[in-house]
Amino acid sequence: MSLLELKDVTLKFGGLTAVNALNLSVKEGEVFALVGPNGAGKSTVFNLISRFYTPASGSIRFDGQDLLARPSHAVPALGVARTFQNIELFHQATVLQNLLVGRHRHRSTSALENIFFTPRVRAEERAHREAVEEVIDFLDLQPYRDQRIAGLPYGIRKVVELGRALATKPRLLLLDEPASGLSVEETQNMRWWIDDIRRQMGITVVMVEHDMGLVARVCDRVVALDGGKKIAEGTPAQVQSDPAVIAAYLGTSAVSKTASASGERQ
Amino acid sequence: MRFHFKTNYDTDIDLFPDWWKRGLYLALLVFAMGLPLLLDEFFIGEMTNVLIWSVSGLGLMLLTGQTGQVSLGHSAFMALGCYACVLMMEAGVPFIVAFLLAGVITGVIGGLIAIPALKLHGVYLAIATLALAILADDLIVLLAPWTGGVNGKYAPEINILGLVIDRWSTPDYYYWMVLVVVLGVTWAYRNILRSPLGRSFAAVRDSEISAQAMGVDIARTKTMAFGLSCAIAGLGGALMGLFAGAFNNETFNFLIAIQLVMMVVVGGLGFIHGAFLGAVVVAFLPQLLSILTSSFGRGMSVPGLETGVFGFLLILFILFEPMGLYGRWLKIRTWAELFPFARKDMFKRQKSYLKTERLR
Amino acid sequence: MDVVQLLVSGLANGCVYGLVALGFVLIYKATEAVNFAQGDLMMLGAFVTLGLVNPQYLGMPFWLALPLALLIMALIGYLIDATILRAVFGESQTAIIILTIALGFVIRFVVGVIWGHDPQSLHSPLAGGDLRFGGVVLSIADLAVIITTLLLTFFLFQFFQRTRIGLAMQAASQNQMAAYYMGIPVKRVQGLVWALAGVVAAVAGVLYASKGAIDPNAGFIGIKAFAAAVIGGFGSLPGALFGGIIVGVIEPFAARYLPPGYSQIAPYALLILVLVFRPHGLFAQVRTKKV
Repeated sequence: MSLLELKDVTLKFGGLTAVNALNLSVKEGEVFALVGPNGAGKSTVFNLISRFYTPASGSIRFDGQDLLARPSHAVPALGVARTFQNIELFHQATVLQNLLVGRHRHRSTSALENIFFTPRVRAEERAHREAVEEVIDFLDLQPYRDQRIAGLPYGIRKVVELGRALATKPRLLLLDEPASGLSVEETQNMRWWIDDIRRQMGITVVMVEHDMGLVARVCDRVVALDGGKKIAEGTPAQVQSDPAVIAAYLGTSAVSKTASASGERQ
Repeated sequence: MRFHFKTNYDTDIDLFPDWWKRGLYLALLVFAMGLPLLLDEFFIGEMTNVLIWSVSGLGLMLLTGQTGQVSLGHSAFMALGCYACVLMMEAGVPFIVAFLLAGVITGVIGGLIAIPALKLHGVYLAIATLALAILADDLIVLLAPWTGGVNGKYAPEINILGLVIDRWSTPDYYYWMVLVVVLGVTWAYRNILRSPLGRSFAAVRDSEISAQAMGVDIARTKTMAFGLSCAIAGLGGALMGLFAGAFNNETFNFLIAIQLVMMVVVGGLGFIHGAFLGAVVVAFLPQLLSILTSSFGRGMSVPGLETGVFGFLLILFILFEPMGLYGRWLKIRTWAELFPFARKDMFKRQKSYLKTERLR
Repeated sequence: MDVVQLLVSGLANGCVYGLVALGFVLIYKATEAVNFAQGDLMMLGAFVTLGLVNPQYLGMPFWLALPLALLIMALIGYLIDATILRAVFGESQTAIIILTIALGFVIRFVVGVIWGHDPQSLHSPLAGGDLRFGGVVLSIADLAVIITTLLLTFFLFQFFQRTRIGLAMQAASQNQMAAYYMGIPVKRVQGLVWALAGVVAAVAGVLYASKGAIDPNAGFIGIKAFAAAVIGGFGSLPGALFGGIIVGVIEPFAARYLPPGYSQIAPYALLILVLVFRPHGLFAQVRTKKV
C-alpha cells in the first residue's frame, strides 16, 4: 500500500502551471527521488505536501488521510518531516534547541504548565532530550550541540537540518536537495545516513536531488519532472537513460522527436 | 572559564547550570532584598521605579526579543492593567486578587486583539500597535465615568492582609512588594524559555516557514506570545499607576510605549538581563541629565532633552552595539575568559542582504 | 455649502498628510524600510525654510530660500542615510523602525534647541489671502498645497514607472543581492532615495508652515500620515496620496458630526479597520516567502 499518494495534482501561479496533473505514489519503506531540471516543480511538490501551497485540483493523501483538509502546521503531526533547499534553521538558537523544536509535535503539556514548569514538563523535557541525543549520536553532532547555528559552516547546518527533521520521528522524510553545496566527503556521509534512515529507522524517504550519482546509489525509484509534468518513472538507471529525460536536461530541440514520442510535452 | 561536567540532562533543564551561578544569583537576591537597609527613601523610590520598568520591559522583551514581533503600543496594555486593577480594588476586591486578575484580563484582551493583528508583519504590526496606543489615550478620556478621564484617578491604598503598603509612608514595603512581582515574572519568563513554549516562540522569530514545517501553529504561538506579553506589561502598568499615586490618560501616553521599546533595545534584545539594564538606563537617565544641566548652570530644564538624548543613545547602540548593554557585557566577559585568545572578529556582524517578501 | 467647505479644508490637510505619506512610501518602495522619522523630517524642512526666510533669522527672499532649503534637506536626507542607515544595511525592518523613531526624537530635540519650542509661522507668499467661490472659502495656501501635491505625486509616479533609476530603486528594494549582481549600485540608490525623501519632506513642511503655525511637535502628524500610507497600501504612491486625502477629509467631518472626543479617534479607528479587513491596504502586494 502506498504511504503517500498524489492524484492529478495541479497548481497554478497566475498563468504559470507549476505542477500539471501530477500522479505520484510512494510506497512505505522506499527511497524515492524527484529529479528534473531547474524550475521543473520539484520543490513545489514538497511545498504542496507541506501544505504551503494549495493545489487548484487533485488530492494528496498520506497514509489514507487527506492532507488537503489540514493546515500546514498539522501535517508534521501525521509524521511528515522535511528539510529545505536553502536551509531554514532557527539561526539564533543552538543546535540542541533546533533539534528540540523538532520534538514539538510530541509535546503534551499545556502553555500554563510550561509557564509554571511543572514536574510533568520536566519529565517530558528529559524524554525529548533523550530522543534528541539519539539523533545527535546518529549524525555525529556532539561537538556542535551547544553552538549557535549562526556560527556553523554550511555543511554542518545541512546535517542539523536533517537532524531536526529526524527528531520529529517521522514516517516520511522529505529531503530537498540534501547534497547540494556539500563536499564529496559530506555527500558520502549523507548517502550512508539516508541508507541508515531507511534501514535502521524504517523511515520512507522522498528526496529532490540533482546529484544523479547519489540518486543512483540510494534510491529505489525515481520520477523525473519537467514543466510540472511527470516525464519518466522507474529505477534510477531506467530514468537516466530515458530519452525524454535527456531531452529535458539538454533542451527539447536536440532530441525533440524522441521526446514527443515518449509523452505529450509542451 | 568554567567547564560543566554534565552528568545528566537536568543540568541543562535546571534554572542554573551549577552551584557557582546559583550562589551568584542568590547573593544578588540577598543584596536586592537588603537594599532598603542601605539606601535612603529617595533612592529606594528610584530602585522601585527601576524594578517597575523592568516588569513592563520583561513583558515587551517576551514579544520583541523572544518572538520577534515589535509592538509600539504596550502603553495601552499597561494602562489597561492599571485601570483594571484599580477599578477592582475600588470595588472591594483584595489587592492581590485584583492585581493578578488585572494581569489575566490584560493578557486575555491582548490575546484577542492579537488575533487580527497577527496577520500583520513587521511594519504593519508596528503601525497598528502604535495606533492602538493613541486610541487607548483617547478611549481613557471617552470612558471618563469609569476612568476619571483627564482628571485621572487616585490610587487606592494597598492593603495585603492588614499590611498597608504605601509609597510614601512605607517605601521599603513597596519596594519589597515590587521585588516579589519581579521575581515571579522573571521565574515565569525563565520557565517559558526552557520549555517547548519558549522554543516555539524562538522558532516563530527565526523562521516562520520552518516552524510551521515542525508543526508549530504560528497563529496560536503569536497569540500566546502577545497575550503573555500584554499580561506582564499589564502587571507593570498596575504597579506603575499605583506607584505614581495618581494617574490619568497622559500617564500611559504612547511615548511610554516607545520608551519601552527603546529600553529593551538598549538593554539587549532577547536577554532577561537586558530588560533590567534597560530599566536602569530609563529610570536614571532623567536624574543624570538634570544633574548635568544644573551643573552647566542653565538652571532650567531643556524640553525634549531626555527623549533627545535617549534617541541619540539608541542610535549609537543600534549602530555600534546591536546586542545592547547585556551584549556588551557578554563580549567583555568572553574576552576576559578567553584572555589572551579572544579574536577580534568573534562577534563580527554577519553581512546580510534584504530580500523582499512582496510581489511588486 | 457647509459640506463643500469641510471637504475643501479636509482636502488641503489631507494633501499634507499625503505628502508625508509619500515620503514613507518612497523610502519603503526603494529600501523596504519604513522611516518613522518622516514626520519629523517634514518639521525640520519647515524650520530650515523658516530659518532662512523669517526676518528674525536670515530674512532671505522666499523664492531664493526655497530651492536652498530643498537642497539642504536633500543633503540632510542623504547624510542620514550615509551615516546611520548604511550601517544597518540589510538588517531587519524592526531595527530600522526603532532606529528611525530614535532619529525622530533627536531631530525634534535639535530643532527645539535651535529654533525654540514656540509655534512660529513661515513668512511665505502663500500665506494669507483667500479665494471665494460662492460661499466656499479657499485660502491660497490650501490651493497651493493641493496643486503642489498633485504635481509632485504625478512626477514621482512617473519617475518610478518610467525612468531607469526609478526602476533600479524598485529592483534594489526587492532583492538587494540580485540587484547588486545586475550592476545596480544599491547603496548609492538608497542614498538618492533618502535625499529625495528629504526634498519631499521639505515641500510638505513648507506647505504645512504656510497653512499655519509650526512647532517641533508638528512631526507627530507623521502618525496620521502613517495611517494614510497604510490605508492607501504601503507600496503605492497614488495610494499614499489617496489615503492622505481620506484621513484629511474624515477629520473635519468627524469633528463636525460626531460627539466631541470621537473626532481624534476617527483616523486611527479607520486605520485599524483597514488593517483588520484589508491588512495590506487597498492594493495588496505581499505573498508568502518562497522556500
